[in-house]
This record gives sequence, structure tokens and C-alpha cells, in this order.
Amino acid sequence: MLDGVRKLGRQTIDGVWRLGVAMRFFMLTLLHSGICLRRPQLVIREIFTAGVLSLIIIVISGLFVGMVLGLQGYETLQKYGSESALGSLVALSLVRELGPVLAALLFASRAGSAITAEIGLMKATEQIAAMEMMAVDPIARVVAPRFWGALISMPLLAAMFSAMGIFGGYLVGVVLIGVDEGSFWSQMQAAVDFRQDILNGVFKSGVFGVAVTVIALFEGYAAPPTAEGVSRATTRTVVTSSLAILALDFVLTAFMFRGA
Amino acid sequence: MHDNLVEIRGLHFAYGSRPILRGVDLTARRGQVIAIMGSSGCGKTTLLRLIGGSIRSTQGSVEVEGQDVAGLDQNGLYRLRRRMGMLFQFGALFTDMSVFDNVAFQLREHTNLPEPMIRDLVLMKLNAVGLRGAHDLMPAELSGGMARRVALARAIALDPMLIMYDEPFAGLDPISLGVTGNLIRRLTDTLGLTSIVVTHDVQESLKMVDYVYFISEGVVEARGTAAEIKSSGLPFVHQFVHGEEDGPVPFHYPAEPYGVDLGLNHA
Ligand SMILES: Nc1ncnc2c1ncn2[C@@H]1O[C@H](COP(=O)(O)OP(=O)(O)OP(=O)(O)O)[C@@H](O)[C@H]1O
Ligand SMILES: [Mg+2]
Repeated sequence: MLDGVRKLGRQTIDGVWRLGVAMRFFMLTLLHSGICLRRPQLVIREIFTAGVLSLIIIVISGLFVGMVLGLQGYETLQKYGSESALGSLVALSLVRELGPVLAALLFASRAGSAITAEIGLMKATEQIAAMEMMAVDPIARVVAPRFWGALISMPLLAAMFSAMGIFGGYLVGVVLIGVDEGSFWSQMQAAVDFRQDILNGVFKSGVFGVAVTVIALFEGYAAPPTAEGVSRATTRTVVTSSLAILALDFVLTAFMFRGA
Repeated sequence: MHDNLVEIRGLHFAYGSRPILRGVDLTARRGQVIAIMGSSGCGKTTLLRLIGGSIRSTQGSVEVEGQDVAGLDQNGLYRLRRRMGMLFQFGALFTDMSVFDNVAFQLREHTNLPEPMIRDLVLMKLNAVGLRGAHDLMPAELSGGMARRVALARAIALDPMLIMYDEPFAGLDPISLGVTGNLIRRLTDTLGLTSIVVTHDVQESLKMVDYVYFISEGVVEARGTAAEIKSSGLPFVHQFVHGEEDGPVPFHYPAEPYGVDLGLNHA
């Protein structure tokens, strides 16, 4: 009994400690971000590896999610004779929730895990130590560009996801089932508010982007320099950032759409 | 101008509560190749990391060019490191860059040289290690010995005053071994460097070094020029130089009597 309490206490302290170290790491990254303005090509490269290479999975998933939304939404809406609202249903679900959240989850498993593995391996093979011995700060040269590259990619990927989803909903709803095309688009236009829905969605995916990249970078940087350590850190990145995305989504949604 | 480029006095270091170095004195004069030898785990890599300033001593001092390394802040340390090269045991090449970009790395980070000039410099350094033809290979396409030579080219890219080599001979065939040994000597002489070589390879290093330090139990057990070491009467040095299995340095890690471990008899 007492042992259990002790263990719980120990784990809590460890957890809080780790959180503190991660925050400090985050601050250091921001502090050393000047290099990204001086040498934008470093960031562009990371946008390519994190963003462009995640594009395919985002596009395909977005399309399927939108198609499912079209089917399910039509099923429910037609019961009340309001299938013309299909466009607004699909668009609102995607722009407010599914776009940012699902894109971030996919991004965490595609790009986040890759970032952790890459940095963990750079550490295990002494590349980070070598860089320090060459008087180049790895936080500035390796970590900061990856942070900004991933952070810029995230909202763009979420937007891509939503756009593909809406297209998928259109394919199923209008082309396949035969919902009236005019009302599909006009209802969507009327229902989606630029500030309320789109900007909030972009803000959400920005927050998720920060969470995923900080977790991925920190796990890689703090990983024990062994094969086992790196593989564990990679798993932890996916698990922790997925949980963080879902928890943050709840908090953000509660603040954004209360009373709306 | 300090005649002694590296000067270490009474250096103590411990990982946690486990003492590794207990009072090491060592001097590297300009233009010399000095070797640090000692059995595995005696703290040679640790000593290099102390000179490079990536860890700090608990007691004693490390001076490079008259500056106390432990007393430098990050800027000071980075300024000093621009003039030091370090060769990691497995090269530690950046795996996401080609051989060329690896060697160009410091030139691009620390200078504003135009790209054509960087190209000339990189090819020059690669030529010095005999790998000019390999400049567009990726590190994964190199053998271990080639990777280490590329790492050497990278270490001399900014014409440092000091290069530290961590076991440059480990895992090389006899030909590459001789090539690498000659290379270290030649680079030291032609570029006016100072080299500190950590190695297990007594035969190879005695051919090319000016001065040898033997470390054991955290202190300098023996020192001398190559000739002095070869003719040394100290049993420890004798065992090392002639590669005898047992002597003052035991072959076995401390253990219970063999019989007890096998359950044949009881202690
Ligand atoms: N980060 C560390 N934390 C704790 N102990 C360490 C650490 N690094 C090394 N040690 C210990 O310090 C001792 C000296 O290590 P070091 O790497 O300097 O040995 P070495 O002389 O270079 O050995 P080798 O010839 O095998 O490379 C070893 O016994 C090792 O177990
Ligand atoms: Mg070592």
C-alpha cells in the first residue's frame, strides 16, 4: 500500500520534472530560432520533409473521411427531409473538428515519429556531439528549423485535409446520390463563418502543430543513445502527441464554441 | 605565443560518485603528435571530452592556448572549438549529407566564403585524405575506414590548431592502418597542427608519435618518447607494448573464483 503511494508519488514527480525539461527545451528552441530567418532554406527543407511527404496520406485520408461523412450525413439528414443541408454538415465537421484533429493525428504518426527517430539516431551516432564540437549549436541548426518547418506545414495540411474531405462529400452526396448541387454549395457558404469556423480551425491546427513537433523533437533529443532508446522514444512520440491532440482539442473547442 | 598548446594539471573527474581520473598531468607542445594509451575504460575518451569542454572537471585545470576551458562561457567555448577538430571513433558523419557537404559543413556555418571557393577548399581537404573522387557519395556508401578519413577531412576544414583523434586505428586493416598513421603525421607536419591521438594500437602509434602517455587507474602511469617507451622496463608498459595477456593489467574483470561461479565449490 505504502509502496504503491510512493511509486505514484515518484512517477508524478518524474512526470512533472520531464514536463519542465520539455518546456525549457521549447523555450531554448524559440530563443535559437533566429537562424530560421537568416537561412530560410533550412526551414524550407524541413517543410519538404515534414509537410510535402505527408501530403499523400493527408489527401487520401481526407478524401475517404469526406466520402464517409457524405454517406452518413445523407442517411441521417434525409430522415428529416433536409438533405440539402449536407454541404454545411460536411464542411462544418471538417473545418471545425475533423480536419485539424485527424490531420494532426496523421501528422504525428507520419512526420512526428520520423523526426524523433532521426534526431534520436543523430544523437546515438554522435552526430549531435560532433556538431557541438564543431561549434555549431544543434538546437539552432537541427531543432529550430524542424520546429518551424513542421509548424508551418501543420495548418496547411489541415486545410488540405478539409478541402479534400469536402470534395469527397461532394462526390458521394452530389455526384453519386444526387443531392442538389446548388443547395449543397450555397448552404455550405451560408453556414460556414470565416472567423468562427475557418480561423478557429487554423488556430487549432497551429496549436496541435506546436504540441506534436515539441513532443517529437524533445523525445528524440532526450532519447537514450541506443537502438532500444530510440525505438521507445518513437513510440512515445506517437502515443503522447495523439493524447495531447485529443485533450487540447477538447479544451480549445470548449473555449471557442461555448454559447455559439 | 604559448609553447604548450594543451596543458592539463591535476585533473580529476568522476561520473557521479565513480572517479575516473584522479590527478592527470599532460602537456601537448605545438607541432607534436602525442598519444594517450591505456586499457579499455580507463578514461581516454573522457579526457578528450574534457579538453573539448563538453564535460567539466571536478578539480584541476585544462588549458588550451592558455585559456582555462572550464572557465569559458558558451560563446568562448564555441570560439575555441572552431580551432579544434575532433575525430570521433566512428566518424560521426552527418548521414543526411553527402561527403562533400559534410566537409563543407563548417565552412558554410562559420564563414561567408562564396560557394566556388568552398568547393575548392573542400576538394583540397578531400584530396589530402585521398578521397577527392568520393565527394558525391553518401556516408552510408563508405567503408568504416573511408568514413573516418572523410571525418578527418571535415575536422581539418577550418585549419584548426589542434586535432583530437579517438581511436583512429580501431577496426582498420593493416594497410589502412599504416595509411591513417602516416596521414596523421603528415597532416600534423604540413599544416602545423598539434595532434592528440587516443589509441590501443601501440605498434602503429609508436612509429609516428613524439610523446606517449600511459593512463592507468586514473593517473599517468608512464610517459616518454617513443624510444623511451619501447625500451621501458616498467612491467605495465612492457605488457602493453608487447601485448601480453596477463600482467599488471589483468585479463579478467574482477570476479568470484571460477569454481564458485560454476557451482563446483563454495567460497
Ligand atoms: N556518460 C557516462 N556516464 C557514466 N559513466 C560513463 C559515461 N561515459 C563513460 N563512463 C564510464 O567511464 C569510464 C571511462 O570511459 P571512457 O569512455 O573514457 O573510456 P575509454 O578509456 O575511452 O575506453 P575505451 O578504450 O574502451 O574507449 C568507463 O568505465 C565508462 O563505464
Ligand atoms: Mg573511448
